[in-house]
Amino acid sequence: MTERIPALRLENIVKTFPGVRALNGVSFEVMPGEVHALLGENGAGKSTLMKVLGGVHQPDEGRIYVEESPAVMTNPLEAKSQGVVFIHQELSLAEEMTAAENIYLGELPRKSFGRVDWPRLRADAGAILDRLNCGFGPDQIVGELSIAKQQMVEIARALTVDAKAVIFDEPTASLTDAEKEVLFDVIRDLRTQGVGIVYISHRMEEIFRISDRISVLRDGTYRGTLITEETDEEAVTKLMIGRSLDLSRHVPEGALGGVALEVQGLSCGHLFEDVSFKVHAGEVVGFYGLVGAGRTEIAETLFGLRSPSAGQILLNGEPVSIHSPVDAISHGISLVPESRKEQGLVLGMNCRDNMTLPQVDDLTAGPFVSEGAEIAVFDQYRDRLQIKTPSWRQQVKNLSGGNQQKIVIGKWLSMRPDVLIVDEPTRGVDVGSKSEIHNLIRELAGQGYAVIVISSEMPEVLHVSDRVVAMYHGRITRTFTAAEVNEDNLVQAISGLGGGQVA
Amino acid sequence: MENINLRKFLKRGAIWGFIVLELIFFTVAGHFLSLSEVSFLDPENMLLLLKQSAPIGIIALGMTIVMINGNIDLSVGATFALAGVVMLDSMSWAVFAGLGDWVIPVAWMIALATGAFLGLINGMIVWKTGVDAFIVTLGAMLGFRGLVFMFNGEQPTFHLNWTMVDIAESSFFGLELPAIVLLLCTLVLWLVMNRTVHGRNAYAVGDNREAAVNAGIKVGPHMVWNFVLIGFLAALSAVVFYSASGSVNPNDGMLYELWVITAVVLGGTKLTGGSGSIINTLGGVIAIQILRKGLGHIGADTETVNLVIGTILIAVLFLDRQLNRRGQEELKV
Amino acid sequence: MADTATNPVSLKRAGNFLARQGILVAFVIFMVGFALANDRFLDMDNVLGVIRSSTILGVMALGVTFVVISGNLDLSVGSMMSFATIVVLDLHDKIGPELAIPLMFVMTMSLGALIGFLVGYLKLNSLIVTLGMLSAIHGLTLTYSGGKNIDIADKEGTWFSILGQGSALGIPIPILIFLGLAALLSILLTKMPFGRKVYAVGGNGTAATFSGIRRARTVFCCYLISSFCVATAGLIQASRSMGSQNTVGQGMELEVLAAIILGGASLMGGSGTVFKTVIGVLILGFIQNGLLLIGLEFYVQYIVTWIIIILAVWLDIAAKRGRLWSPIA
Repeated sequence: MTERIPALRLENIVKTFPGVRALNGVSFEVMPGEVHALLGENGAGKSTLMKVLGGVHQPDEGRIYVEESPAVMTNPLEAKSQGVVFIHQELSLAEEMTAAENIYLGELPRKSFGRVDWPRLRADAGAILDRLNCGFGPDQIVGELSIAKQQMVEIARALTVDAKAVIFDEPTASLTDAEKEVLFDVIRDLRTQGVGIVYISHRMEEIFRISDRISVLRDGTYRGTLITEETDEEAVTKLMIGRSLDLSRHVPEGALGGVALEVQGLSCGHLFEDVSFKVHAGEVVGFYGLVGAGRTEIAETLFGLRSPSAGQILLNGEPVSIHSPVDAISHGISLVPESRKEQGLVLGMNCRDNMTLPQVDDLTAGPFVSEGAEIAVFDQYRDRLQIKTPSWRQQVKNLSGGNQQKIVIGKWLSMRPDVLIVDEPTRGVDVGSKSEIHNLIRELAGQGYAVIVISSEMPEVLHVSDRVVAMYHGRITRTFTAAEVNEDNLVQAISGLGGGQVA
Repeated sequence: MENINLRKFLKRGAIWGFIVLELIFFTVAGHFLSLSEVSFLDPENMLLLLKQSAPIGIIALGMTIVMINGNIDLSVGATFALAGVVMLDSMSWAVFAGLGDWVIPVAWMIALATGAFLGLINGMIVWKTGVDAFIVTLGAMLGFRGLVFMFNGEQPTFHLNWTMVDIAESSFFGLELPAIVLLLCTLVLWLVMNRTVHGRNAYAVGDNREAAVNAGIKVGPHMVWNFVLIGFLAALSAVVFYSASGSVNPNDGMLYELWVITAVVLGGTKLTGGSGSIINTLGGVIAIQILRKGLGHIGADTETVNLVIGTILIAVLFLDRQLNRRGQEELKV
Repeated sequence: MADTATNPVSLKRAGNFLARQGILVAFVIFMVGFALANDRFLDMDNVLGVIRSSTILGVMALGVTFVVISGNLDLSVGSMMSFATIVVLDLHDKIGPELAIPLMFVMTMSLGALIGFLVGYLKLNSLIVTLGMLSAIHGLTLTYSGGKNIDIADKEGTWFSILGQGSALGIPIPILIFLGLAALLSILLTKMPFGRKVYAVGGNGTAATFSGIRRARTVFCCYLISSFCVATAGLIQASRSMGSQNTVGQGMELEVLAAIILGGASLMGGSGTVFKTVIGVLILGFIQNGLLLIGLEFYVQYIVTWIIIILAVWLDIAAKRGRLWSPIA
C-alpha cells in the first residue's frame, strides 16, 4: 500500500500574541484530492491558523510542509508560489478593473518595454473562467458582478498557478442555493485534479455534504479528526464545544404585554418585500436567515437608516414614519448594530463618552455636559453588564470584543427603549460573555422590553427567542413559535424550501 | 437598461460633451457680445488655446496618475518655479562658460533632473514614513518654495538666450512647441496607463491597495516612480514655459497645484483613487482654458473666471454624486 | 481563546508618551535653543510681537480646527479672509463701522453656510468643494473690489483701528481677542454636547449617525464656526492696516493647516484640541521669529517648517503603529 503524501501538512504550530496563546501545537494535514473541513467556534484559532499558512504571521514553533518539503511562508504571494492558495471570506478585488486584470493582478503577462500582453492575458484568463463555467468573459468589469460571481473571480485568481492546496474560508456566506451548487462543482473539479482542499465553515449541512474528513479546533488546540462518513453532527459538535449542543428551546414565561411594534407589508426595493410581523412587549422575536436574507436591512429601516418603498410601521398601535435614527430614538427604538467597530463605537473615544453619546444633549447642567451624570450612567451599566475595564477613561479600542459589545448594549439600554433590536449580539464575543448576553436578553424581555434578535447562529436564535422568523431572499418564509421550531424545519425555511406562514 | 447606458456614457465622456457645449455657447455669445471681429472658433484662436493649456496641462497629466494611485501632490507649483529658476540660473554658471549655446540642453537636463529629484524626495518620504501624501506634499510646497528663494531672494531670475527663445517659440505643422509637448506627453502617458503593467498596476494600487500588496505588486516603489514622474513633468512644463519667457519670479506657480487638481477632477478622476483617465484630464484642462478665453472673448473680466470655475467644480461634484446614487435602497449614512 | 486587554511594557509606554507629546517637547527644546542663541528672543517685546503677528493666523486656525476634527478640510479660509477684510473696509466708508462689522460677519458666514450645506447636507467632498470655493470667493472678492486696493479714507477719524492696533491692560487687543476666542471655543469643544458630537462625527461618522447624532447639522455648524473665525480674523486685519490688497489672505489656508497639523490633530478627524492648535500656531510663529533673530535668511523658515511638519506627523504615526518605518512593501 503506497503512502500518499499530504498536499499540505502543519506540524505542531504554536503562535502566541501578547497575553494569548492563539495556536497551541496544532497539527493538520490535507491529502491531495481530499476535501478536509475545518471547524471551530469563533475565536477557536481558525483564522490565525490560516494567517500562519498564508504567511501573514510567522509561527513561533512548528513547521509547514508542502508535499513533504518544508516551506516557509513569508507573505501570501510566496504561499501562492508554493502552491498554497486562499479564497478569503472578504473578497479582495480591484472593482474598477476587468476580471482578467484581477485574475492576473501582480502577474500581468508582459511584452517588451513593460507593455501588457493583452491577447495572452485575455486568452489565459478566458480559459480559467471557462473552466469554472462562470458565464462572463475576461473583459467584464468586476465591480458590476454579483458577489457570487466576484467570488468566482477570486477562485480564478487561485487557479493561475498549479495549486496543491486551496483553502476556502466561509465561501458560501453570501450565496444562493444555485450559486452554491456551482461552487461545489468547482470544488469537486479541483478534487478530481488532485488538489487538496481545506474547507472552513460553520455550516454543518455543507460540511457533511462535501467533505471527506472533518477536523476541529477549540481554544487554539487541535481536538481531533473525524471521517465524515462515519460520524454525525452531534459528535462533531461535541468536539467543537465540549458538550452537546444546547438546542434547548426557550420556554416562554410570564404574560406578554401589548403589541409594541407591528410591521405591515414593509418593503424596501428588492432588499426585502412584503414583510409583516408583530413584536409584543416582553417577547423576544428572533430573525434567522442567510446573509443577504434582508434581516439587517429591516432593522435598518426600522431605525430610520433606510426609506421603505411600501408598507407601514406601527408603534403601540400608532402608525409612525421614521426618517432618521433621531426619529427612531425619539420613538423609543434602539438598534445595537451588526458591526460594532464600524457602526457601534467611536474607537478613539473613551468608554463613558461612547456610552452616553445618544443622550449627550440630555445629560447637561445648563449648557454644559454634566460629567457626573455621564459617569453615573456608565457606572450603572458597567455594573449591570459586568463590563471589564480599568476605568471609564479607557479608549474602547483597547477593550476585548465582548466588553466592546457590552458597551454598545449598555449605550442603548440606557436609552430605555420600548423596542430593542440587536443584530448579531455575540459575534466575535468570547464564550463567557456570550452566555451573559443571552441571559441579559431574556431578562430584558422579562422586564417588558420588546426585543428583536437577528442572528446567524442557530443555537443562539433557538435559545433566546420566543418566536422565530425565518427569512429567505428578502421575504419571510415562515414564523415559528418556540415550541414548534427545530433545526430541520428552520433550515428548510431559510433555504427557501417548505412554506406556509404560521404566525 | 437604457438608463444604465446613459449613465455610463455620461460618466465616461461627460467632459467632452461639456467642451462642446462651451464652444457652442461662447461662439454664439461671442457673436453678440464680443468686441472683436474674430469668431471664437477661429482656428488660430483654438491653436493658441492649446498652447496656453500646456503649462497646467502637462502637470495635470502627471497629477492624474498620482491621484489614480490614491495620492496627491500639492508641491507641483513650487517644483515648477524651482525648475524654472534652476534652468535659467544654471545657464550663467561659470562651469558651463565655454559651452556657448550647448548650455541650453544642459540647462534643460539639470532642470528636469531637479524636478525628478524633488519628486523622488516626496515619494520616498511617503513610502518610508507612511505619512499621507497630502501632508508630505503640503510641507514640500513650503519647503521647495523656500529653496526657490535661495537663488535670488525675492528678485526674479533672469537669463535671456535668443537661441533658446527661438526653439521655445518654434512650431511644426502650425502647432507651437508647448502644444506639441502637451500632446506628446498625453500620447505617451496614455500608452503607459493603458498598455503597460506599471499603468494597470497604478489603477490596482488606488482601487484596493491591500489587494495590490497581496498580489505582490511593489506598492512603495511604484508610488515613488509616480512622484518622480510628476516632478519631472512639472519641471518639463517649466522648461517649456521659461525657455520662451526667460524670466522667473520666485512666486510663480503659486496655486498651480489647485488649478491642476481642478482640471483633473473635472476630467472625472476620483479623489479616492482607482479611476481616472489621461484623455479626460486633457479634456478637463482644455475645458478650463476654453472657459477662460471664452469669458474674455465675451468681455467678462478675469475675476469672473475664478467665480465661474469654482462654481463649475462644485456643480461637477454634485452631478457626479447624483449619477452614482443607487436610489431608494441607499443607506442614509 | 482568552481575551485579555494587555498593557505594553513600561519603557515602550514612556517612548510612546514622548512621541505623542513630542511636539510639545520639541517646542520647548526649540524655545530653549533659540533663547540661548539670541538674547532678544525671550524679550517681552519680542514675545508679544510674535504672538501679535500670529493672531490672525491663530484666529483662523481655531475655526478650522473644528472642521478638521469633524473629519473635513477647509481650503477656502484664505480667500474668505481676503473677502472679509475687503468687505469690511469698503463698507466702513459707506455705512460706518457699526453697521459694516455685523454686515460683513453675515456675508462671510453666509459663505461658510454655503460650504457647510454642500459638505454637510449634500455630502460632497470637502477638499474639492473648498477648493472650488477658494477660487469662487477669490473671484467674488476681485469683482467686489473692482480689482483695486481698498483703503479707509479718513484713518484718524474712526474708532475702528482700536481693534487691530489698540491695547487694553497693556495687552494688544488682537491678542485678547485671540485668547478669548480660544478659551470660548475650547469650552465649546470640550465641555458642551456639541463638541462631543464633533469628535464623534470625525472619529466615526457612521457610528455617530447610528447613535442618533445629526451628522449633517454638526458638519454644517463647524463650517459656520470656521467662517465666524475667518470674519474675526478679517476684522482684525482690516483694523490693523486700515487698507488692504484683495489678496491679503492668499495662501493662508495652508499655513492654517500646517499649524493644526503641528499641533497634533489628525487630518482624518476625531482628534485635536483648541489648545494644541494654539501651540501649533505659536510654534510656527516662534520658529519664524527665532530663525530671523539668529540671522538666517527669511526663506529658511519655509524649509524648517517643511521638515518639522513631516517629522511631527511621522513620529505621531510611528508611535501609534509601534514601528518607525512604514510597513508598505
